[in-house]
Amino acid sequence: MSKLHVSTTVNGDSVEFLCDPRETLLDCLRDKLNLTGAKEGCGTGDCGACSVTVDGRLVCSCLMLGVEADGKDIATVEGMAEGEELHPLQKKFIEYAALQCGICTPGVLVAAKALLEKNPNPTEEEARYWLAGNLCRCTGYDKIIRAVMDTAADMREAS
Amino acid sequence: MALDDQKSVFKFVGTRPDRPDGLDKVTGRAKFGADAYAAGMLHGAILRSPHAHARIVKIDASKAEAHRDVKAVVTRADFSDKVEFKPGLAGEFWNVLENVMAGEKALYDGHAVAAVAATSALAARDALKLIEVEYEVLPHVTDVDKAMAADAPVIREGAADYSVPEGLHPNVVRYHESGHGDVEAGFAEADLVIEDSFTTEATHQGYIEPHACLASLGGDGKGELWCCTQGHWIAQKTCAALLGIETAQLRVTASEIGGGFGGKTTVFIEPVALALSRKANRPVKIVMSRSEVFRATGPTSSASMDIKIGMKKDGTITAAEGIFRLQGGAFPGAPGDMTAMCAFAPYDLSNVRQVGYDVMANRPKQAAYRAPGAPMGAFAVESVLDELCNQLGLDPLDVRLKNAAHDGSKASYGPTYDQIGLVKTLEEAKAHPHYAAPLKPGQGRGISCGFWFNHGGETSVSLALSEDGSAQLMVGTPDIGGSRASMALMAVEVLGIPYENIRVTVADTATLGYNDVSHGSRVTYASGLATIKAAKHAVEKLCERAAAKWGIPVDAVKWEDGCAVPSGPNAGDFDPLPLADITANMGATGGPISGHFEATPEGAGVSFGTHIVDAEVDPETGKTAITRYTVIQDAGKAIHPAYVEGQYQGGAAQGIGWALNEEYIYGEDGRLQNSIFLDYRIPVASDLPMIDTVIVEVPNPGHPFGVRGVGETGIVPPLAAIANAVSNAAGVRMRDLPMSPPRILAALKARDG
Repeated sequence: MSKLHVSTTVNGDSVEFLCDPRETLLDCLRDKLNLTGAKEGCGTGDCGACSVTVDGRLVCSCLMLGVEADGKDIATVEGMAEGEELHPLQKKFIEYAALQCGICTPGVLVAAKALLEKNPNPTEEEARYWLAGNLCRCTGYDKIIRAVMDTAADMREAS
Repeated sequence: MALDDQKSVFKFVGTRPDRPDGLDKVTGRAKFGADAYAAGMLHGAILRSPHAHARIVKIDASKAEAHRDVKAVVTRADFSDKVEFKPGLAGEFWNVLENVMAGEKALYDGHAVAAVAATSALAARDALKLIEVEYEVLPHVTDVDKAMAADAPVIREGAADYSVPEGLHPNVVRYHESGHGDVEAGFAEADLVIEDSFTTEATHQGYIEPHACLASLGGDGKGELWCCTQGHWIAQKTCAALLGIETAQLRVTASEIGGGFGGKTTVFIEPVALALSRKANRPVKIVMSRSEVFRATGPTSSASMDIKIGMKKDGTITAAEGIFRLQGGAFPGAPGDMTAMCAFAPYDLSNVRQVGYDVMANRPKQAAYRAPGAPMGAFAVESVLDELCNQLGLDPLDVRLKNAAHDGSKASYGPTYDQIGLVKTLEEAKAHPHYAAPLKPGQGRGISCGFWFNHGGETSVSLALSEDGSAQLMVGTPDIGGSRASMALMAVEVLGIPYENIRVTVADTATLGYNDVSHGSRVTYASGLATIKAAKHAVEKLCERAAAKWGIPVDAVKWEDGCAVPSGPNAGDFDPLPLADITANMGATGGPISGHFEATPEGAGVSFGTHIVDAEVDPETGKTAITRYTVIQDAGKAIHPAYVEGQYQGGAAQGIGWALNEEYIYGEDGRLQNSIFLDYRIPVASDLPMIDTVIVEVPNPGHPFGVRGVGETGIVPPLAAIANAVSNAAGVRMRDLPMSPPRILAALKARDG
């Protein structure tokens, strides 16, 4: 099967790649662009480890084809920090020990950032439902939810 | 006996600094199993049996081999023929080989039968369709009780070891019996005896990272393996045996690991990738799909259990007996012995007897899952205790306190307990506001105790000092949940240098001596003990250099706050000599300064916990909500309390999944019906409340700082605590897990007649 040419923007950089029409956006990010921050935990859109935003919308990159990324604006965990300055969520996750193994962390961070952009003042219940698509097997979510809620409070105070 | 030099006042230990690998893990920079690439790399894929039990009549791979994208195909013939079959666990290499690539028979749905390496992941997947396998389908069995019945199909003759009594079905492969006293006499003394039966379903460890590896093996017998594993030395040893190469010629590097919980303590795809690489003469990467993880990697055992407990009106347990049948897939290894030994371990009993069976069935080979075997037994035993308390009108915490094992108690499984913390956890539970909080209508409260042995294991650690006074610590236990942070804290506690001045590396198999797997809650205990000893070894050398410089005997020098100082007024008058001043000249004063420790520490120190749970049952839907959860557990000494809390919370969350939702569902055809996360539902954020934790610290006499492992005990009480809460909320005893909505609705219907 011949490959298709895709031009897209990832974390602000213009990128191009050739992909098989069957390859997912996640495959392309990881295998063509070496952006391995997004993880494949399930391949069926159930675990959220591959979360990225496409034109600002939170998606599971394993459920989107690479060819569909053409002309879009993709953001991954690798683009979350501003240079050396970590995003407040990234700092808070380290401070609160909101990760154990860390495999779900990139997806959780991308999803939590999307939440706070949409709703800077979520209730605990809203945060729990928004992150219900991001499976974590290590933490029981307690420290993740606390980190997200407290980051939201800090960011509200700072703005 | 307490160690003479056990430390109880700390500068660094007990603080909560940022983990050293935090930045890598929040930026996507950390390299996990599937994140490795190599020049010329091929992609492997594995063909799996669709049958639960079938003879492999013929495998024709000629079409796949002829395809231009395919560079190698392997079957069982491509592995060592020197691996010997033995009964029970004596031939574990053979069991693992048979599991990673089927021999004469496919033994479960998902069992590997062949594998290909091709130029892309898609090409490899496509090539599997070109391999033709002719099967002769055989009768199968997946249920533990049916697998023990006289008419059950025999999975493998000769697999039973010496422990199995005469007359049992060949699928019963190991047998355990232990206890003390006279249970019949004990039951005769009781005012109330309850006898009941319980079942639990197999669950999966459910780590979010599927197994992944990158392997390279040349014709010279030298290999490189990168993989996500809980133990790269066991991977090295096992792969070398299965491939027929020398252990030391295979270098294994552990990637960052995306969860394991016991499920990554063995190998699955690693030997296959090595075999493909040897045949193709190119590096081969294999990454499992989620469905492969469910179908072919270690779920836990399913269990069927009978419990009988006698109690006096005042709450004294007079006798206890348990029979535990554990199904562990098509191989020996189900931890029936562990279940039996842990089940009554929290209690000081005069009369106790426990029997465990290890039973084979046509399911994937069970793997360890966090305190393997213990949660099931606790579920059954603590359910009967709860029922006894209900019927005798006794407080469940008071009854547990009355019977609790304490220092000097003879454990149900034999030994006498040293210093233990069970009573303290029960007292903390009783004093906790959760226990006194009122319940709303429709809610119930449950409590349970739990026990786990904890483990030491072979451990090697090396610590090297740099000229600028910084330190590098090499450990051999993969960092699953923040152990780099706890190792760094323990090392700097001894060295007296800032936490930031140490770098902890998980060394590969070529750069450190043997290390047992990150399992048995052993990392903070054993690698921690080895880290402390290695740091002390380096400090001895630092003191020697100071003594030489000052011209005084080495025993006149002591180490304080990162400096050599004279040990007393008679030793001489010298200014404190900081570590960095000694290392700056170490090349000229005797050479590099490093500390080492290699041993098998034996004082792991058992651990107990007590959980309190509130559950609310919706009578319309049968759905259970966990409304409040408190974990109280003995950590001995919490090195980094935030990660100790994390272990408690994670154990509770996994237990909630096991109790309420998670199960392997097999069809009549013996095929697994729920092999994706949509159908095998683990708890999500909106399912859970915050999980409160109380860290009890009753020091373990076997660790210099008093550490007990904390990783596993936390999953032992939840099944029972939740079942007790649900049973009390619903007014009906729940005997079968998971307590899914249909099961609860059926129980409510039966209750109402």
